[in-house]
Amino acid sequence: MSTDPTKKKDDHVSTSQALDDEQRVKVLSPGMLVAKRFFRNKLAVAGLVILVTMFVFSFIGGMVSPYGESQVFRKTDHVWKDYAGATYNKAYIFETADGSEFPAAGQQKFILATNKGDATFEADGVTYGLENKGEDYWAIYSAEPVATVLTLKGKSTYKPAGDAEVTDDIKDGYEEAVSNDEDTFEVDGITYSIEKSGRENLITISGEVAFATKKVFSAGTSDAQLGFEFQQLALDALENGETSFECDGVKYEMSTVEGETATEITKDGEVYATVSGLLVSPQANGVFLSLSFKEAVEQAITEKASTFTALNENGEEETYQLQTKNTQYVVRNQKETTVNDTYAAPSKKHWVGTDGNGMDMLTRLMYGGRISLMIGFVVIIIEGIIGILIGGISGYFGGWVDTILMRVVDVVICIPAMPLYIIIGSVMDYYKIDPRIRIYALCAILGIVGWPSIARMVRGQILSLREQEFMVATEATGVRVSRRIFRHLIPNVIPQLIVIATMGLGDVILMEATLSFLGIGVKFPYASWGNIVNAVNDVYVLTNFWFVWIPAGFLILLTVLGFNFVGDGLRDAFDPKMKR
Amino acid sequence: MKKFIVRRVLLGAMILFFVSMIIYSIERSLPTSYVEGRARDMSMKQGAKPYDELVAELNASYGLDKPVLEGYFVWLGKAFHGEFGESWIFHQPVTKKFSSVIWYSFVLALASFLLEIIIAIPLGIISATKQYSKVDYAVTVFALIGISLPSFFFATILKWIFSINLKWVDLYGIVSRMHESYGSVGKVLDMAQHLILPVITLTIVSVGSLMRYTRTNMLEVLNADYIRTARAKGVPEKKVVYHHAFRNTLIPIITILGSTLPNLFGGAMITETLFQIPGIGYTSYQALTQGDIPFTMFYMVFLAFLTLTGNLIADILYAVADPRVRVN
Repeated sequence: MSTDPTKKKDDHVSTSQALDDEQRVKVLSPGMLVAKRFFRNKLAVAGLVILVTMFVFSFIGGMVSPYGESQVFRKTDHVWKDYAGATYNKAYIFETADGSEFPAAGQQKFILATNKGDATFEADGVTYGLENKGEDYWAIYSAEPVATVLTLKGKSTYKPAGDAEVTDDIKDGYEEAVSNDEDTFEVDGITYSIEKSGRENLITISGEVAFATKKVFSAGTSDAQLGFEFQQLALDALENGETSFECDGVKYEMSTVEGETATEITKDGEVYATVSGLLVSPQANGVFLSLSFKEAVEQAITEKASTFTALNENGEEETYQLQTKNTQYVVRNQKETTVNDTYAAPSKKHWVGTDGNGMDMLTRLMYGGRISLMIGFVVIIIEGIIGILIGGISGYFGGWVDTILMRVVDVVICIPAMPLYIIIGSVMDYYKIDPRIRIYALCAILGIVGWPSIARMVRGQILSLREQEFMVATEATGVRVSRRIFRHLIPNVIPQLIVIATMGLGDVILMEATLSFLGIGVKFPYASWGNIVNAVNDVYVLTNFWFVWIPAGFLILLTVLGFNFVGDGLRDAFDPKMKR
Repeated sequence: MKKFIVRRVLLGAMILFFVSMIIYSIERSLPTSYVEGRARDMSMKQGAKPYDELVAELNASYGLDKPVLEGYFVWLGKAFHGEFGESWIFHQPVTKKFSSVIWYSFVLALASFLLEIIIAIPLGIISATKQYSKVDYAVTVFALIGISLPSFFFATILKWIFSINLKWVDLYGIVSRMHESYGSVGKVLDMAQHLILPVITLTIVSVGSLMRYTRTNMLEVLNADYIRTARAKGVPEKKVVYHHAFRNTLIPIITILGSTLPNLFGGAMITETLFQIPGIGYTSYQALTQGDIPFTMFYMVFLAFLTLTGNLIADILYAVADPRVRVN
């Protein structure tokens, strides 16, 4: 456009020399002036930044957070639980032959007989014979009488005792046995035994009905049935020091592992069963303990190890604990149990950890901020409304109205706030008031007790403002009283009101936090910064979990500090008298 | 001046009358679970009167059977004679319990009050004389942090650092386990050691407002005309600040300190409770949460009385310092 340099200069800089020239003085609106002064104050700006951060954290953070306010987190923890018991078997295990019976009463009689060294015992009217076939291995025979033999001068007379016929073969066999001084003889594959009683001898058919052993058989697979015959043959083979035996046409190999009491019985190269002195049984029903597990238990016991590893049902390696209880061993494994994820340390999932209820701390802090800030604002609004009304009326009308209202203010200011809150909180505890209603009640009480300072300030301001010319003008122009108060006086009080409200917000938040800390303000399930810090009443939490209470405390401090910085900055900005 | 004081005292008495009436009506609206529980216990005993009769009897003995207003005047009449009844949870006269615990609170409050003065006034003056300097900012931030600090949080931090991590002092209580084995000097030192953390807590939490108050008043004085005159005369800056300005700043400071003197007896409820110092604050906290009406009634009226006394002292000191106040 114009290339004239002097003209261009004129657009911006006045050539006028007068100081009050409008072109020289940049005119700012009062609001702008306040804002400019406010933003020049570093502390006030810092306070503003803190507050904005807090609001974003509390109100937007709560929305962004993937977790709910009272969402409880669970975790699976490993708890040692009894899995199996192991003990060296000291009692006889009775195994009854197929088709035979061996009554329970016989078991005790058997033990008595073994202790006394008797060869026979009687139970339920049946006489049983027993034969020691090895260490702690007895065969039990039922003795069915066949005949009594009376031998006089080398001649035997046979008297049948049972249903069976006394054949000549039996007689021959008997005589042969007696001459050889044997107890048993065999005829046609049936074993007969001779029992001497005085001059008479009793011939009985001895059929093996059961055997008693202290060895424990364990099958290699859960469906394998180890029959009587199998066990008997295996035990016989073991006693005779043989390495193999045959049962039902199947050949089994036996091998004893060095240093262990267990003997493995293999079929086709695979472990089919074990025989051992150690009894390992599961604690819960329906659990099958594998052979390798039992072997591992035995190995651990012989090695006196406190832990060992073995394959579990799923074929995975698992660590077990071995504990000794008297003569018994208890095998414990870690069971996965779901528990509340309490006091979890800060991690990627929970940035500030979790609290005592397993709730996400960061989310609780966000929601706690919401409640604390909202309570602050609601209380300040209540205080402001009551304060402006009472202060405004009192200041404008003066006289006896002023006197009465100011005495009311004196009385309310004198009521000790803290004890009052504690009393009301205890009463609400007593009636078990719903936590939501408690929050409303808390706001109402804080508001009702806190208004006098605002009322005093408003009254003082109005007392001085109403003497000013603009108020005379409103009176002269006939403006309504309510309009005079609320349109002309109150707006002039607003700056001081904003300052006192900003600082008051900090105080209210502090008071709310203190009450919630004492457990009489905001209550669980609602979060508040105060009741989060309340966890430190448990010294264990105080000592071990700093992340539970330190962040909440600092958030309270920062928020209140923010309000105080801003309030302080606003006071300086509205009233620059203190500037030099 | 005499007339002024008399008028103020009468006004205070009137306010106390209404305040205690409000407190009494609040107390009366509490659930009287204590009376019911006690009557239940007594009726359990062999040969005891029936429960209803016992409740009525107990209510009568505590003055709970009369309507609120009438009951209040009965209470007031007794209170005039210094009878505040027997505490329900401490099982001794309220005044006796009060006089046995008040001195802990007083020592605690006095120590932090003196510390406050020592810290706040010099810092406030330095901050005002070097307005907008780094020192001023530091002092302002320190003061505002003190004001903004929740006492329970600060006390907990102190306990965490000095009791749990450094193990310098005990976590709770006024005496240590070995207290009885110490000599008389040792006993005092032991108690003093237990008061260190509570005193620090109280001082830091309340030092801020006095610091700000000193700074504001000092600034006001430094902006006054006579300071400018003194400077114009060529009085050295040191003399201006510490003679002309400081003496004038002392007037409002002494006034406000005088008005807070009664609060030395008020007890610090939160701090005492957290450190379990058996002062009036902790005792009344127990009474408040357990619904001990005679004790809480006494304590709340006592607090109101302290506030009014503080106001009275402030009024009188203002009147002494500024003759214009006396006219009105």
